[in-house]
Amino acid sequence: MGAPQGTYARVRDGVRAYRLIAGMWIRSTMAYRASFVMTTFGNFAATALDFAAVLLMFSRVDRLGGYSLPEVAFLYGISATSFGITDLVVGSMDRLGRRVRDGTLDTLLVRPVPVLAQVAADRFALRRLGRVTQGLLVLAYAIAVLDIDWTPLRLLMIPLMLLCGAAIFAAVFVAGGAFQFVAQDASEVQNSFTYGGTTLLQYPPTVFAKDLVRGATFVLPLAFVNWLPGLYVLGRPYPLDLPTWIAFTPPLIAAGCCALAGVAWRAGLRSYRSTGS
Amino acid sequence: MGTGRLYTAVAVGGFRRYATYRTATAAGVFTNTVFGLILAYVFMALWDEKPHLGGYDQAQALTYVWLSQALLMAMATMGGGFEDELIERIRTGDIAIDLYRPADLQLWWLSQDAGRAMFHLLGRGVVPLAFGALCFELALPADPLTWIAFLIAVALGMVVSFSLRYLVALSAFWLLDGAGAAQMSMIAGVFCSGMLLPLNVFPGALGEVVRALPWSSLVQGPADVLLGTADPLATYAFQASWAMGLLALGRLIQSVATRRVVVQGG
Repeated sequence: MGAPQGTYARVRDGVRAYRLIAGMWIRSTMAYRASFVMTTFGNFAATALDFAAVLLMFSRVDRLGGYSLPEVAFLYGISATSFGITDLVVGSMDRLGRRVRDGTLDTLLVRPVPVLAQVAADRFALRRLGRVTQGLLVLAYAIAVLDIDWTPLRLLMIPLMLLCGAAIFAAVFVAGGAFQFVAQDASEVQNSFTYGGTTLLQYPPTVFAKDLVRGATFVLPLAFVNWLPGLYVLGRPYPLDLPTWIAFTPPLIAAGCCALAGVAWRAGLRSYRSTGS
Repeated sequence: MGTGRLYTAVAVGGFRRYATYRTATAAGVFTNTVFGLILAYVFMALWDEKPHLGGYDQAQALTYVWLSQALLMAMATMGGGFEDELIERIRTGDIAIDLYRPADLQLWWLSQDAGRAMFHLLGRGVVPLAFGALCFELALPADPLTWIAFLIAVALGMVVSFSLRYLVALSAFWLLDGAGAAQMSMIAGVFCSGMLLPLNVFPGALGEVVRALPWSSLVQGPADVLLGTADPLATYAFQASWAMGLLALGRLIQSVATRRVVVQGG
């Protein structure tokens, strides 16, 4: 496994490897530019569908769970954009189960490059920018029509939410990847938490049962992606009687999630036994 | 009789093939249940705001959510059935071998897809629906006849779904790469089948158009038969006419396409 190295050096190596592999996939995609444009548009259109559902709902009602369309669009935009960033960067993690099954993971293990970087950058798909674009458009619409007294602090919350949200989702993806070392065939479970998580966050917390909101706050802390910091921006009361200062905790939560996911990933990798076929 | 046995065997093979992946099925059931849960709460908020939206009461709306999750894989609303394999066979030229087989290409894939759909109806449909019925107040009928009527609508919906995806697969004869067509078909399937939202909630002319399209046979039609909000016979007639029309179109395109294969020599 090479000489022991510090965490900093490992991260630097990982990022460098990631950049190289992702760059290779981008070049290969760009060989077929028309196809790239079409699949990016397809990605955009496919993800736009769930916002179309929101629009259809609001064509029939004025409020959903007490929230207006711009407010729901705000929550949607933050959730969809931060998830889109994660999907772009580590969205290939759900292919890990297949690699474990067919034994091609072995090829990655013998290379002197961090496995996580290789798996995350595997088949790096630039077309996933379609999802990010869609989320940003909805967010821009929400910010334009929302009647909010924009203080510098509130404005600052938006990039903070996108970054921390992406980090929290990334932790879920990596932990899901670690789980696939154990349950090779269960990548769909990961989808429940990643795609399911972003769908959950696209609606206001008032829509859901208290226990579901509790679970999304204290068990799998998805509420820190957009609900808790977002309700501060919208000036809405907090669910579960939580204090206001919790709106500023996403960076801590994101760091904690990433650390835990890292531990899970290492445990998963250590438990890996090749198929031998 | 002999050909009947052949296609039954192909269907059983299709069923068995998907039944092999038990962990994946369990994982899929989990996913359908999670999405059902999220949508159920969204629909409750929606029907709280506007009771009797689209002619459903809240129990019917919730039943609709869990039915749509139960039918998602059986109807292959988002794709992912036989068509990926057929596209691959067309791309690689293996289709030439299939054409020499003493079996009808369309019937062969229809049987295989029927086996797959049956498995997904049982493997991925029953548990989410049962979970929904346990946790929410659903409007499931007690009359076994309504259930039988529902299953007939499901079977017809499966044929419509197959015939649409067969056309998608055949497009690979011209496009070679079927990814674009499959994606468009997925978008149309999700939007127009009623997976996102019951089609009778869609406003005005848009609602009328989506209800007249073939995709409404996949989720909306069977759901309305079970909920008792549509006449079963009218639903069957609608589904059957789309199925026959699309299957005939598939045959026509297939005959044009296979002539191309012969010219190219595979």
